Amino acid sequence: MNRSPAAIAKAVAPPVVFGALFFGGWQLAVNVFDIKPYFLVRPTEILDKFTGNWDNVWKAMRVSGGNALVGLVCGAALGVAMSFVLLRFRVLDEIVTPLSIALNAVPIFVLVAVFNNMFSITSEVPRRLMVTLVVYFVVLVNVARGLRQVDATHVELMRSYAASDWELLRKVRVPNAVPFFFTALKIAAPGAVITAFVSEYFGGSQNGLGNKITSNMSTSKKAEGLAYVVGACLLGLAFYAISIIMESVATPRGAGERAGERA
Amino acid sequence: MSAVEISQVNKIFSTGKQQAVEALVGIDLSIEPGEFVSLIGPSGCGKSTLLRLVANLLEPTSGSVLVNGKPAKQARLDQDYGMAFQQSGLFEWRTVARNIELPLELKGWDKSKRQARAKEMLELVKLGDFATHMPWQLSGGMQQRVAIARALAAHPPLLLMDEPFGALDEMTREHMQAELLSICAKTGTTVVFVTHSIPEAVYLSNRVVVMSPRPGRITDIIDVGLGSHRDEDTREDTSFFKCITAVREALRGIEVTDIVRGIEDR
Repeated sequence: MNRSPAAIAKAVAPPVVFGALFFGGWQLAVNVFDIKPYFLVRPTEILDKFTGNWDNVWKAMRVSGGNALVGLVCGAALGVAMSFVLLRFRVLDEIVTPLSIALNAVPIFVLVAVFNNMFSITSEVPRRLMVTLVVYFVVLVNVARGLRQVDATHVELMRSYAASDWELLRKVRVPNAVPFFFTALKIAAPGAVITAFVSEYFGGSQNGLGNKITSNMSTSKKAEGLAYVVGACLLGLAFYAISIIMESVATPRGAGERAGERA
Repeated sequence: MSAVEISQVNKIFSTGKQQAVEALVGIDLSIEPGEFVSLIGPSGCGKSTLLRLVANLLEPTSGSVLVNGKPAKQARLDQDYGMAFQQSGLFEWRTVARNIELPLELKGWDKSKRQARAKEMLELVKLGDFATHMPWQLSGGMQQRVAIARALAAHPPLLLMDEPFGALDEMTREHMQAELLSICAKTGTTVVFVTHSIPEAVYLSNRVVVMSPRPGRITDIIDVGLGSHRDEDTREDTSFFKCITAVREALRGIEVTDIVRGIEDR
């Protein structure tokens, strides 16, 4: 997309202006109405703690981000692998797909409490396992649908070319599923980060963003706590941005838009 | 040897069940090489089913279908025909040229040979400048031309078309009909063409096969005596209108009996 600088400025201006007004208004409100810091802190104080405490924030981001990344990669790999298995064995699909969809509707990250008992609570394994599980179902449901929901005309054409099932898979089903995979990744990537934080609420090592936020908040260090929240937001955005960049590299222009319509 | 030889073909869906449907009954049809034959009839008359039997996308319940003197299945495995549908069915993740190359890929052609043929086919359908475009960048008529180029890429002796222009507007449609005739004249391809447009069937065909539903069967075959050269003037020719009237009357008979039976059923 070759957009002119003017066009980019026009697209970027509204959110930037809104952000400036929002934080400016916040700062002003705290000053003017003399709001106490235990109720609401100034944005500038949060920024202070964020930059002043950057080493610790970064350390916590690396822990939570690392868990999210490991879980995302494992979950996506497992999800893709399983969707091929389901395509091959229809009976299995009829068992697993409704289960996957049902599990998607319940907040399964509470299972981390169970994993904490199963594995060493001081290791990162229960948290990573939790992220893996959340990502796995999102990827599985979407990729399985992409592999199956192929155009009826495409299937007839391939039959008319005397194509084997293997060729149908390679030349029709897999390319058809690629946009579905990236749609899943766009949902799963921020989901992985959120799951990584929430998993930390259930005990274990006091090293991640989720821990730092709760412990700072509970000791009334609001500004410190919110500095970690800023770190959490950045991490979530980074994961989302990476999934979008991967999509635009891997799929030709237009194909992604179409997948968006279908998803 | 006939290009297509259909003899005593029956096709029943859901055989033996209560809702068994006699899609086709007692079909006999022989199509000569280079002939353009249209199948026309109201929906449910089995014209698309008949085309799919020729393509071996469906198997007949009884009877035989020969394509190029071989059983239909062997003809499919040998890719003796190309096929085009109402939806262009282009693969949206492939460029226009790579779409045309697909049937050749599956035949195991090497890359340079494929690319040369794709280029040749794009010239034939007058889309030489669009090789590297993606399908969604093309209009409906252009997409359909790519689909025809793809169907003819391996130079099959037979082209099977299922309402290929059904989704196009009238202007584009007439233009595409003329294009198709000139392509067929150049390549000498035999065509079986399913449509429900009477003028389209008459303009394109040497013979129009009129079909009727419940059970699906051939009720009439009308010879179109318009000669081999046809252009825009043909559409205003009195013999063109005569043929249209003949086909329309053959179809009208079907509709009347159909309605009467529909009332009795209730």
